Amino acid sequence: MSVLAPFGGTPSPAPTPVIPGFGGGQSCVVKNGQFCAGWFADNFGSRFAPRLVEHIELTAIAVGVGMLIALAAALLAYRQGWFETPFTLLSAFLYTIPSLAFFELMVQVTGINRFTAEIALVSYTLLILFRNTLAGLRAVPPDALEAAQAMGLSRRQTLIRVELPLALPPIMAGLRIATVTTISLATVAAYIGAGGLGEPIFDGIQTGFKTEFIAAGVLAIALALVADGLLVVAQRLLTPWARHRRA
Amino acid sequence: MVSGEDMQVAATRSTTTAAPIVFQGVSKRYPGRVQAAVENLSFEVPSGEICILIGPSGCGKTTALKMVNRLIPMTDGDITIDGKSVNAMEVSQLRRGIGYVFQQIGLFPHLTVEDNIGTVPRLLGWSKARIRERALELLQLTGLGSEDNLRRYPGEFSGGQQQRIGVARAMAVDPPIMLMDEPFGAIDPITRDRLQDDFLRLHREVRKTIIFVTHDIDEAIKMGDRIAIMRDGRLVQIDRPDNLLAAPADEFVADFVGADRGLKRLRVWTLNDLKLDPFSGTMHPAAPASTSLRDALSLMLTAGATRVTVLGQDGAALGCVSLQAIAAMLGPEPRTPGP
Repeated sequence: MSVLAPFGGTPSPAPTPVIPGFGGGQSCVVKNGQFCAGWFADNFGSRFAPRLVEHIELTAIAVGVGMLIALAAALLAYRQGWFETPFTLLSAFLYTIPSLAFFELMVQVTGINRFTAEIALVSYTLLILFRNTLAGLRAVPPDALEAAQAMGLSRRQTLIRVELPLALPPIMAGLRIATVTTISLATVAAYIGAGGLGEPIFDGIQTGFKTEFIAAGVLAIALALVADGLLVVAQRLLTPWARHRRA
Repeated sequence: MVSGEDMQVAATRSTTTAAPIVFQGVSKRYPGRVQAAVENLSFEVPSGEICILIGPSGCGKTTALKMVNRLIPMTDGDITIDGKSVNAMEVSQLRRGIGYVFQQIGLFPHLTVEDNIGTVPRLLGWSKARIRERALELLQLTGLGSEDNLRRYPGEFSGGQQQRIGVARAMAVDPPIMLMDEPFGAIDPITRDRLQDDFLRLHREVRKTIIFVTHDIDEAIKMGDRIAIMRDGRLVQIDRPDNLLAAPADEFVADFVGADRGLKRLRVWTLNDLKLDPFSGTMHPAAPASTSLRDALSLMLTAGATRVTVLGQDGAALGCVSLQAIAAMLGPEPRTPGP
């Protein structure tokens, strides 16, 4: 633990008074009320919007890179069955590491920065994305594959035109879970200086200023809901056949 | 049709083409199994004919079929299409020139009917407009012709309709050859009967060379120009349906075609095939000339009559057929139907 100690603090500036002065004398802020809407409105642009953008970037990069790795791994496991077990074990192992410990461990390798945070965040997406992608590929109806083969489609054409589109629903389901989890986990990444909505949360906890961490927390939840909603819309657009069924 | 390229040229002309298929000593052995799945199979399917492969499960009929488009590689022998060995062709070219229809249908659930039918044409670089035109033409040919259907997904259709789309898709680039593996096997009997009728009508229009696998002897007799009966990987007998029913080669074939093979044989002929007695003027049950002898017999037996009046297309009486005349068709000496 002594090794970890130098990194134990938050990256926020020197200790602030228990009730910070940035309220401009509003009584809610002075009293440290549950949620000071006026203060939030005044400070959204300067304090929250940049963190929100960082949070979206953190999540998008983590899920995007995670999806690419998981897709490549799932394709390999789909063609070469032996690969499934080692990759599942690896991604499951990564998934079980407590997030704070993971961030701390990676800091020793790659330092205090966003890259370090992304490595950890990507690792957490792998298990769900890999499993869902592989399950999706394996659930492609064998008769569709036989038809593709009999029509003279090459393996590559079959993959692009038949297998991947048909695997989309489970892949999208995996993406939704991975995205929502990553948004939640990414708040912890502020601990190692990755920015994002975790910063005002840690700050608020440190200073005891309720409005700050409640606002950041609610923003993170809202972001998760919006992202999930967007993915649902994307899935409906990408899989129009799923809605057209005989009654 | 000499090479895959020629197949495509033929296909793009949209004229009807067909090519003979010849099996020459074809065998399939799987390593570690004593008995061959298919043993020294030799027969010929003349251009434009439907050849049925039939036999009990495990007799090798599907294996034989799948060796034509090389879904299963053969161990020995050769299969030629229009004189050219299937092994000498590039496999994707070979397959694009062969329509394939099978029991599980295998439509792509994520593609519209138009895109399903357009799969191979798209690989061949057809324009969108041409694919749409062809898809609509094929839907009309298979009895599902409506522009709305092009934009719908396979999941919106019944099993019978899906197999019509499956047949349309297999014919997309007008291949000279079609392989059909129990195509109507999973479809309810009434719909199956309609599909069979429609397919026969379609086949009269667009003469393809067809190998058709089934385990249903009634379907074989109805659909086949020739029936090849297989057992344990070997060909037992190949003949025209009426000959097969009249003169089974051995007990196995006789057993397979059934004790009622005489009645089945009557299905092969229609009243049109018989020499008519002059119309006597007395009232008999009446039937159109296109009625099968089996149905005519059934009509007489249910009406307690010994004769049936044969009607022409305009409904006028053409003459009579007697019970004896029908029975004579099944006499000990196989007769060629008159007149």
